[in-house]
Amino acid sequence: MAFRTEPITVNFGPQHPSTHGVFRMRVTFDGEVIVDMEPVFGYLHRGSEKLAEERTYTQVITLTDRLDYVASMSNNLAYVLAVEKLCGINPPERAQYIRVIMAELVRIASHLMGLGFLLNDLGAFATPLMYMFREREKIMDLFEMVCGARITFSYMRIGGVAEDLPPEFYPAMTRFLKEMPGYIDEYEALLRENEILLARTKNVGILQPDKAINGSVSGPNLRGSGVPWDLRRADPYEIYDRFEFDLPLGKVGDTYDRFLVRLEEMRQSVRILNQAMEQIPKGPVRASVPMLVRPPIGDAYAHVEAPKGELGFYVVSDNSIAPYRCKIRSPSFINLTVLRDMVLGWKLADMIVIFGSLDVNMGEVDR
Amino acid sequence: MDWVYDLFPKLHAAIEGWLRSILPPSIESAGVYIVMGVLSAFLLINVPLILVMVLIYMERRLLGRFQHRLGPNRVGWQGTLQVIADGIKLLTKEDIIPANVDRWVYNLAPVLFAIPVLLVFAVVPFGEEIYLTDLNIGILYIVALTATSTIFVFMAGWASNNKYSLIGAMRSVAQLISYEVPLVLSIVGVVLVVGSLSMREIVDKQSIPFILLQPLGFLVFIVAVSAELNRSPFDLLEAESELVTGYHIEYSGMKFGMFYLVEYIAGLAYSAVITTLFLGGWKGPILPQYVWFVAKVLLVFAVLIWIRATLPRVRIDQIMGFAWKFLFPLALINIFITALEVLLWPEGFPAWLVVVNLGVALGLLVVMQVLFRFPGATRHVVPQALVGRG
Amino acid sequence: MYGIGIAKGMLVTIKHLFRRTFTVQYPEERLKVYPRYRGQEFVWYEERCTGCATCAKYCPLGIIKIVTHPVGNPAEGFDYYVDVFDIEIARCMFCGLCVEACPYDALFMGTHYEMASYTRQKLVINVDQLKKAKKQPSAFMRPHLLDVKYEEDTSLTPERAGRMWQGRWAGGEKPAPQAPKTEE
Repeated sequence: MAFRTEPITVNFGPQHPSTHGVFRMRVTFDGEVIVDMEPVFGYLHRGSEKLAEERTYTQVITLTDRLDYVASMSNNLAYVLAVEKLCGINPPERAQYIRVIMAELVRIASHLMGLGFLLNDLGAFATPLMYMFREREKIMDLFEMVCGARITFSYMRIGGVAEDLPPEFYPAMTRFLKEMPGYIDEYEALLRENEILLARTKNVGILQPDKAINGSVSGPNLRGSGVPWDLRRADPYEIYDRFEFDLPLGKVGDTYDRFLVRLEEMRQSVRILNQAMEQIPKGPVRASVPMLVRPPIGDAYAHVEAPKGELGFYVVSDNSIAPYRCKIRSPSFINLTVLRDMVLGWKLADMIVIFGSLDVNMGEVDR
Repeated sequence: MDWVYDLFPKLHAAIEGWLRSILPPSIESAGVYIVMGVLSAFLLINVPLILVMVLIYMERRLLGRFQHRLGPNRVGWQGTLQVIADGIKLLTKEDIIPANVDRWVYNLAPVLFAIPVLLVFAVVPFGEEIYLTDLNIGILYIVALTATSTIFVFMAGWASNNKYSLIGAMRSVAQLISYEVPLVLSIVGVVLVVGSLSMREIVDKQSIPFILLQPLGFLVFIVAVSAELNRSPFDLLEAESELVTGYHIEYSGMKFGMFYLVEYIAGLAYSAVITTLFLGGWKGPILPQYVWFVAKVLLVFAVLIWIRATLPRVRIDQIMGFAWKFLFPLALINIFITALEVLLWPEGFPAWLVVVNLGVALGLLVVMQVLFRFPGATRHVVPQALVGRG
Repeated sequence: MYGIGIAKGMLVTIKHLFRRTFTVQYPEERLKVYPRYRGQEFVWYEERCTGCATCAKYCPLGIIKIVTHPVGNPAEGFDYYVDVFDIEIARCMFCGLCVEACPYDALFMGTHYEMASYTRQKLVINVDQLKKAKKQPSAFMRPHLLDVKYEEDTSLTPERAGRMWQGRWAGGEKPAPQAPKTEE
């Protein structure tokens, strides 16, 4: 006797513990196997691009904080770079160093959160997440010293950064850099060789390099597929050409590779930070730029390697005090486009893990 | 201080004597039987419930410490009253019954769920003289009772009329029934050595704890138990990151509280069974027997918490493969080895056998590494007819 | 052999059992607030404020409302008296642009973070509250306040809180003669 079976459609989200925000997946299951998946988003849409047209160039910085809210420094940096390109401003050298330090710190913070939630999605009941938040808290402390805020920094300014590093920053930073590699080793010992983790992530959710490139995927997800593409190398903005660091690359492009790439990238960030703290020169941190800038008519695109991938700002100026158009190329949004292709045919539990391994931030997807 | 050691038998004798002195001879034996039975039942239901409060508190505090945080420490001294506060909160919460649920099944499931796990304590020997009854099929009775919990989980999942809970319930049927097999088979080793199914006799025969004589059996048993208890890494039924909470997603208030409570009572029951079968039950020097027993139970539960704090969750096909391809052969091999040993040394085992058994267990783990692989990548080909139908 | 990776992980967790936790027991102990912390209440010096409303102009959300009326002798140029200075901190995102913009060092971020209230109406700081409040300004955009330590009831005087314009740019190498000017 044959059973009459039929696929069921389940709504994952927008309120679900592992959709990393307000993401919704309309998933059709055949038993436990996914036969169809439709990503639905827009629940966090705040119209950042349109709002930017109503703000002065300096005020837009506060909007960029709210895109990828776990890595605001990178957003600030990308936007500020675009406006500087538009106006032809060269920030002082010290400011560039400070920007790199902040961007790398925020990369560590973002990867900590991404990895923690990936492992939480794997069911490692919040333990790695708690450990990783412990270190993230230290980074937040550093940010608080520098700019007075812990999440929405608004630290970068057109032509530099808001303020110089305070004196208490240096010892705290030195301590952090000394401790961090040990903590990363601890995360590795905790779960890297764990048989269950290997079984859950190895060869699961493979993203082939050609598919990744066609899908315009960027960041650790692309490097997890083995494509050596990092804007810090490919198009060294700021002063990234002065630092020595490796590009961790995955071999297979599966979830485990993306996990390892993020883990290794934190190590490389620590390496860059060590070099930057040694090289950082003295001097002003802000070029003489008025608070109300009026760039010449034209447009500029600047991109940075944000923790999630290539973050770009395309700013069009009509010589008024507000941008005429401000388009945001957010990495999370574009990385999501390959999700459907990656999860079809996998099981329910795999879908959660694959989605977690893409490390998507909904604030950035919906803008 | 001698009264501490045989507190419960003396108490029993005193109450019985007092009853016999006040009851008229015509109903004496019946009256004593009924009153003592009700008293024992009262104790047997409430002592586990109090212990469960200890377990919940312990789990939350220990998990906190494992995760490098404190855990609840506000209500009462060091958070000891947290469980009671939670209970009050659950009792006073609005009891929401969603529309379109199967009302009878929905309301019955949490109540029925509690019965089999509470019945387990009838045969658990807390001490040499402290048990309700010494069934000669004691361990079989426990296995039979706990197997029924599948039905109630499925009732809850089905009646809730929710897709998450339905998936959770489906998983529970697959998982719980599969893990019954290695669970029972790993007990067989112990039963072979003892030659009896009675819980008391199993403890009596343990001159050295069976964890040393049966390391393989213990390993299989504790893995199967954590699957039966839906504890991490086998907590697929409630998989928080996948199914939110699985089968009890639609329950609120005290009905949810019942599920929560029963999970911990089951944890307590299985910890007691592990203590009895593998850790020498009440046996131990100096301290009273019941203290030893409770201490061992708490220790076993602490290990389960430790496992929960560390391991990620396995997937549904992996969990089934693990039961049938890993635990099942190991349990069979364990039975074979034990039977051989019982045949060779019918009078009792020599001490060096402990080392041999441990070596065999470790060797088998190495062998299984080659023979068994977790089913890793299993991407299914999606039939084109189904794509886009959602 | 199966179990080695698991055992490694379990060692890590059991190690944490014996470490000191990093939890901060909030009402009893508090996190250290760094000098640049952008606190919830604003500090405003009536004596230093000219009522120019630059802060209101720079606020990305427009949540600062200022109403002034001229006082003094028209021949010598007016002074402005600030009648209304409403900061609606329910909508404020504490970016600090108003503080950065203030040319006379009259407005500062605060150093406190406990201003929770049950109604949104209470989350509007008005001019009377600003006048009466304890003056414990944060060092955000005011580098000369970096080493100030506050006791429970210290209040900074307007003379101490302000500063010379030459110190405006951090590092002190590019002295800006004037406050950044708007072009309108």
